[in-house]
Amino acid sequence: MSNDGGSDVVPGREEAGYDDATAAGGGFRKGAFGVSGSGDTSGFGGLVRVEPGGAVALHSTERPYGGWFDEVTDALIEAVGQATYDAAVQRVLVDRGEITYFVGREHLLPLVQALRDDEALRFELLSSVSGVDYLDSGGPAVTPGRPRLHVVYHLTSMTYRRRIRLEVAVTAEDPHVPSVTGTYPTADWHEREAFDMFGIVFDGHPGLTRILMPDDWDGHPQRKDYPLGGIPVEYHDATIPPPDTRRAYR
Amino acid sequence: MTTTQDPYAGSRETTEGRVYTVTGGDWDATLGADPHENERLVVNMGPQHPSTHGVLRLVLDLEGETVTKARVVIGYLHTGIEKNTEYRNWVQGTTFVTRMDYLAPLYNEAGYCMAVEKLLGIEVPQRAQTIRVLVMEINRIASHLVGLATGGMELGALTAMTNGFREREMCLDLLEEITGLRMNHAYIRPGGLAQDLPEGAVEHIREFLEVMPKRVADFHRMLTGQPIWQRRLKDVGYLDVTGCLALGVTGPILRSAGLPWDMRKVEPYLGYETYDFEVPTADTCDAWGRYLVRMAEVNESLKLIGQALDRLEPGPVMVEDRKIAWPAQLALGPDGMGNSHEHVAHIMGQSMEALIHHFKLVTEGFRVPAGQVYVPIESPRGELGYHVVSDGSTRPWRVHVRDPSFVNLQATAAMSEGGMIADVIAAIASIDPVMGGVDR
Repeated sequence: MSNDGGSDVVPGREEAGYDDATAAGGGFRKGAFGVSGSGDTSGFGGLVRVEPGGAVALHSTERPYGGWFDEVTDALIEAVGQATYDAAVQRVLVDRGEITYFVGREHLLPLVQALRDDEALRFELLSSVSGVDYLDSGGPAVTPGRPRLHVVYHLTSMTYRRRIRLEVAVTAEDPHVPSVTGTYPTADWHEREAFDMFGIVFDGHPGLTRILMPDDWDGHPQRKDYPLGGIPVEYHDATIPPPDTRRAYR
Repeated sequence: MTTTQDPYAGSRETTEGRVYTVTGGDWDATLGADPHENERLVVNMGPQHPSTHGVLRLVLDLEGETVTKARVVIGYLHTGIEKNTEYRNWVQGTTFVTRMDYLAPLYNEAGYCMAVEKLLGIEVPQRAQTIRVLVMEINRIASHLVGLATGGMELGALTAMTNGFREREMCLDLLEEITGLRMNHAYIRPGGLAQDLPEGAVEHIREFLEVMPKRVADFHRMLTGQPIWQRRLKDVGYLDVTGCLALGVTGPILRSAGLPWDMRKVEPYLGYETYDFEVPTADTCDAWGRYLVRMAEVNESLKLIGQALDRLEPGPVMVEDRKIAWPAQLALGPDGMGNSHEHVAHIMGQSMEALIHHFKLVTEGFRVPAGQVYVPIESPRGELGYHVVSDGSTRPWRVHVRDPSFVNLQATAAMSEGGMIADVIAAIASIDPVMGGVDR
C-alpha cells in the first residue's frame, strides 16, 4: 500500500507528530474486517488503519510551555539542580493542557521526593499510577529492547491546585522501575496492579504480589500481546474465538 | 496367645481382673510450653460475608478481640473491563465503564466521556452539561443512601437499611425514567447524551425534591441522636489528613478529616463553579464524621438538582459535529426504545449518504486524535480519574481508571489495626467501597 492513501483516514497524524519514517516499518493494516486471505468480499477492502501504537506521539515541546508549567519546571530545576534535571528528564510534552515529564528510571526517586517536599512544588497527592503497553510503533512484531512498557504517575498539588504527569519507559526484557512507595505510600496497590497487569517490577516495593488476578496466574493480562478471551467456550460444538480475531470492523 | 504391651494403656493383673491405666494428656510435657505468649488467632473474613461490603476478603490477626493486623485481599470481582474497552470503539466504552462502580454508574460514564471529549477537543452543548449535573447529583444521593443502608445493616441497624433502600428507589425510579435503566445506564455518551429528558421527568424530579428533605430529616431523627449508632461510629476508623494524603484517600473520608477537597469546587467541570453549594466537612476524622458528611452532601445534591432544573434551557443534547455525534437520538417507538422513527425514515427512504454515514459511525466509530489525558471528577467516593490513551484509531489504546474505592480501601489497615474486631466492620462501612470499582 502507499502511504499517501493512509494520510486521509488518520486525523490527528499531523497533530501527533507522526512521521512516515516509522510508518515504513509497516504501521498500517488494510481492510475493514479483521480477516485476511479468506476471500472476504463484503467491502471496505481499501480502508487503511494505523497499527496500534503507530500514531503515538514521540515529539517534545519547546520552552516556554506556557501558564504555570514554566513555574513548576523552574521550581523543579531549582529543587534538584540543573544537572540532575537535564539527566533525569528526557523530554517534556505539553498536550491538551496537560504537562508530561518523561523521566529516566534511575532518577525517578529523587525527583518525586523533590516534587512532594519542595515548598514551591508541593505535590502532596499521588493520584494514580498506571501502566501502558505501547508494544511497538513499527508494526505488529515486537522488537526486543524497545521501551514499550510505560509507567504513568499522576501527581496532584493540593496547595497550588496543579496536576502533572511523570512517565517512565522500560523494556519488557528489563521491566524494573524503582518503587515510589517510600515517598507516596498510596502507590502500594497501584504498583501491585501495574505489576499484575503489565509485569513491571517495582524494586523496593514492600510486597509486590498479584492483586487482581489469582496468585498462580500465568502472564500479564493487559499487555498488548496478551489476548482478550480465547479460552475455548463450546456451544453446540462451536468454539468462540477471542474478540480480536473475530470478524469485526477495525 | 501372646500379650502385647499397649503403649497408651499399661495394664496390670489384679484380683478383679486386668486393669488398664490409660495415659496421655501429657501435652505440656511432650511439646513444652506454648511458644506463643499470646493467643494469636488468624481469622479469614469473606470473600462471601454479609458485612464485608461486597466480595472483599479480610485476613485478620486477632489477640482476643483486638485486631493486630488487617490484610485486605481483593480481585474476586475482576472482570477485565479496562482490557475490554481496548477491543471496542469509543462509544461502546461507555457501556463497559458504567459497570465498574455500579453504585455510581453515571460518574463512570461522565468521567470516561469527558476524557474522550478532551482528547477530541470538543465541548458538549449547555443543555447536555446541565442534564449531566442533574443525573449525577441524583446518582450521588442514591449512592450515599446505599452507603448508609448497607453500612447500617452491617452494624445491625436494619431499619437504616430498609429505609435507605426505599429512598434510593425513588432516585432509581427517576433515573429509570430519564435513562431507561435503573443502573448501568450508558446514558452519557461521548459528545453529549443518549437522549433528552422525557416529558414529565422535570415534574417528577421536582416532586422528589419536595419529598427527599423530609426523608433526610427522618434519617437524622432515627440515627443521628441515637446513642447506639453514635457509639458504634464515634472514634472508629480514625484517619487524619496526613494519613489520608499519604494513602491517597479522597472523598468523604478526607472531608471528614476537615479538608474541604472536592473536585467540583477545586477543579470545576461541567460548570460546577456557577452553582451555589457548600462542601460539608467534619473535624472528627472518624466514621461518625463520614456519616455526617454524607448526609450533608445529600442535602447539597438536592440544592444542585434544584438549580440545574431552574437553568434547563431548550437545546441540543449532542454535539453538532455529525462526524462524532451519534446519528440518532433514542426515542420510544411502538416496539420499544430505539432510533427515532424520523431518523429511520430519513436513512431508509430519503438519503443514501445518511445511511452510509449512520452505518460507518455505528459499526466502525469515529477516530480520536492520538494522545493521552487524565480527567478527574468527584464521584460519591472521591476522586474518580480516567487516564485515557488514544493512538488515533477508532478504539481506545488504554483506559485506566483511578477508582476511589480501590485507593481508599488501602486505608483499612490504618483504620482498624489496634481496634476491636467489631469496629473493623464499622471502619470498612465508613470507607464505603464498591467492589465492582475496586476490582474492575
